[in-house]
Amino acid sequence: MSVIDSPQLVEREVEAPPGLLRRLIRQRQAKIGVALTAAVVLIALFGPLVLPWGATGYTSTEFAGRPFKPEGLFGTDNLGRDVLTRFLDGGLRLLMFAALATLLGMIIGGLSGMAAAYRGGIVDSAIMRSNDVLLALPQLVFALLAITVLGPQSWVLVTVIAITHAPRIARVTRSATVAVVTEDFIRASEMYAVPKWKILVQDVLPNITGPLMVELGLRMTYSIGALASLSFLGLGMQPPTADWGLMINENRIALAIQPWGVILPVLAIAVLTVGTNLITDSLARASANLNVGESK
Amino acid sequence: MSTSVVEPPTTTKPVLSARDLRIATTSGYEILHGVSFTLQPGKILALVGESGSGKTTAGLACLGHFRRGLKHTGGEIHLAGTGDYGNILDLPEAERRKLRGGSISYVPQDPALSLNPAMTIGRQIQEVLQVHHYGDSEEDRRARAKEVLAEVGLENSETYQRRYPHQLSGGQQQRVGIAMAFACRPAVLVLDEPTTGLDVTTQALVLQTIAELAERHGVAGLYITHDLAVVAKVADEVVVMLSGEVVEKGSTAQVLYQPRHEYTQKLLSAVPDLAGRRQVGRVAVITEEHPAINLASGHVTAVQALQIPPSSEDRSNLLEVAGLKLSYGSNKVLGGIDFSLARGESMMLLGESGSGKTTLSRCIAGLNDDYTGIVRLNGHALSPGTRARTAEQRQQVQYVFQSPFSSLNPRRTVCESVEVPLQMSGTLSRKQRRVRVLEALDQVRLGESYLDRRPGDLSGGQRQRVAIARALVNAPALLVCDEVTSALDVSVQASIIDLLRTLQAETGMSMLFVTHNICLARHISQRIAVLQHGRIVDFGSTDEVLKHPQHEYTRELLANVPTI
Repeated sequence: MSVIDSPQLVEREVEAPPGLLRRLIRQRQAKIGVALTAAVVLIALFGPLVLPWGATGYTSTEFAGRPFKPEGLFGTDNLGRDVLTRFLDGGLRLLMFAALATLLGMIIGGLSGMAAAYRGGIVDSAIMRSNDVLLALPQLVFALLAITVLGPQSWVLVTVIAITHAPRIARVTRSATVAVVTEDFIRASEMYAVPKWKILVQDVLPNITGPLMVELGLRMTYSIGALASLSFLGLGMQPPTADWGLMINENRIALAIQPWGVILPVLAIAVLTVGTNLITDSLARASANLNVGESK
Repeated sequence: MSTSVVEPPTTTKPVLSARDLRIATTSGYEILHGVSFTLQPGKILALVGESGSGKTTAGLACLGHFRRGLKHTGGEIHLAGTGDYGNILDLPEAERRKLRGGSISYVPQDPALSLNPAMTIGRQIQEVLQVHHYGDSEEDRRARAKEVLAEVGLENSETYQRRYPHQLSGGQQQRVGIAMAFACRPAVLVLDEPTTGLDVTTQALVLQTIAELAERHGVAGLYITHDLAVVAKVADEVVVMLSGEVVEKGSTAQVLYQPRHEYTQKLLSAVPDLAGRRQVGRVAVITEEHPAINLASGHVTAVQALQIPPSSEDRSNLLEVAGLKLSYGSNKVLGGIDFSLARGESMMLLGESGSGKTTLSRCIAGLNDDYTGIVRLNGHALSPGTRARTAEQRQQVQYVFQSPFSSLNPRRTVCESVEVPLQMSGTLSRKQRRVRVLEALDQVRLGESYLDRRPGDLSGGQRQRVAIARALVNAPALLVCDEVTSALDVSVQASIIDLLRTLQAETGMSMLFVTHNICLARHISQRIAVLQHGRIVDFGSTDEVLKHPQHEYTRELLANVPTI
């Protein structure tokens, strides 16, 4: 009897490890992170729909009004605008810009990192060394420079933050890609003359999603922080736009008599940052042993 | 375990005995279902089984160690010389740690991974002695380190002790590993596939070292392996394991030559042998009765090729390699290779690691474009590198990679991976491609149900079949197989070899089978080229080379092959 026919010898099926997402959700830390992030994101998303008053309109003649009065649940700010309204309105812009900046940074950094690792040689050196130059510039100084030259427009904000993220993302992507490009399935694709960009998209990218997801979460946190601090410094969103960073700056003068104008946005930013950080942490843990080549 | 198995008569007191050992995963799935065996001083017991049979788990249990996710659920292990001769699994972890390396020690599979690359080997051996408080002084320990190096057959000079692991060959590294395990004069050595990564000549040396240690110093050895030929050479007794159960045990001669259990018989029938007495799978072995070109296949192309003798250098040769040279800096990898391959012919490219056999096969497949020389396919010179070749040339030469664990993208389904060559030739629609993929999967005996599965759901053998299907989907004229079975179990190897032979007969393609395992010769190839240091040192029909090897190196290889 041939070996092929014997059922005992034909190999048993191997159980596949659960996917990244399921391993992520299994962790309690991730659940808390998702809950925190979701709370803030929901406020930011649906806040503008339930605005009691217009975001820039005046509701009271009393500057820095006390909370829990008919003019506004959390009082009014230094110009007599309703704090709650501005809070509900200001989140979406921050989140959107942060997400855009992160995404753009991921695309620039991811592509250059993958290209550097895959091509190697001179291309690798050129990309990574110019990366080092960018890394040498302090993030905030670079942002200040660009914004003072180009003006505080929203596309400048997004691009500047994306560019400061890109070199860090490129490093992570490159090191993850280096491990994948030595695998034989990349050689196989090359053997069949699959276009290089297609190899990167089909074969490399799906196998480095773990570290990239971690990086995505981390960069999102930093983007939120960077946007809020730029707004606080007066270089981000310009008044009278409602924005959490800007709100902190505007209301810090009256902190002692009307703390709500600062507390609400600070709380939201803090909760969001902690939430995304928790998710990132658990993502890192979930993807730790889900890499190529560890299947046996 | 079966109670019908007759225990061999025990003349001496066993040094280690495992009784009804049960181990389960923390989630409750039992892995070992009551395994029992005993080790006698000076004897080597082989624990044989395929991957997943629980042999390593049982071996580690002897050291009182359970890998993460496993727990001990029943049974006892008694080790002689541990005080009251009690069950070591009852001891607290701290006590067990004292036993390891002292009374019982472990030699892991890959010495390159188990030795510290930043520490000289002398220091590493002395460290083991120091941890176990061997001897009274530093002097004693230094003397012992010197002594143990001599015992495993290595040089015991000071300069040798100052070497780092990377300055040693694989065989020497493994012997250092054995020296470390043996430094404190343990009563039991657990060896976990210590020769798997080594080539035959080195393997023979290591096996000899182990046998000598057992004989001279009365050490009991537990030799974990899947290689029955090695068992025949080194072991006194054999325990055969199948999915966590002992199916057969007895003396080596009894188990290997009069196997009782069906599984043992199957395992034995899967072992390739040099003399071609057995057949692996369905296809007949190649002996002197067979002509250099396989007549038995009866395929048109094979018969056509037969009419023109393959030795004559004319246009019928599918592949011709002339003056192929490749060097990286001063390191010459290939030093002028010339050979030709006829249509429908299968040739074995034999060589040890570092002989340049993989480089040569990659040059032919176009994966390596740094070479100088000419590779001709059907009389037309191929450009180096696949991207420079025409689509038709790419389709005609196909390459199967060594490790199926690396050659398939884990994130793509079987269908997506197999259809890549079709996609790149680019004339078929998605549906047509799927039909062709299904045909290729049928050829490698995998059904439709595999189409949408991912490599993670498949075993090693199944993955290798998928990789072969990818190479076959475009109906190649030449299949280059690079060590395709070296990552697989013996029985899986047998089925893959069987498959390749059958496919070759069915499709009439030529095959270049690259391997380090000379035992496969009669099962796969009509001709053999032996490669050493980037040169072909022996070349001829399988029978000719095996019976009348021309080169010293081939003779040495043949002399060191372990056989049953």
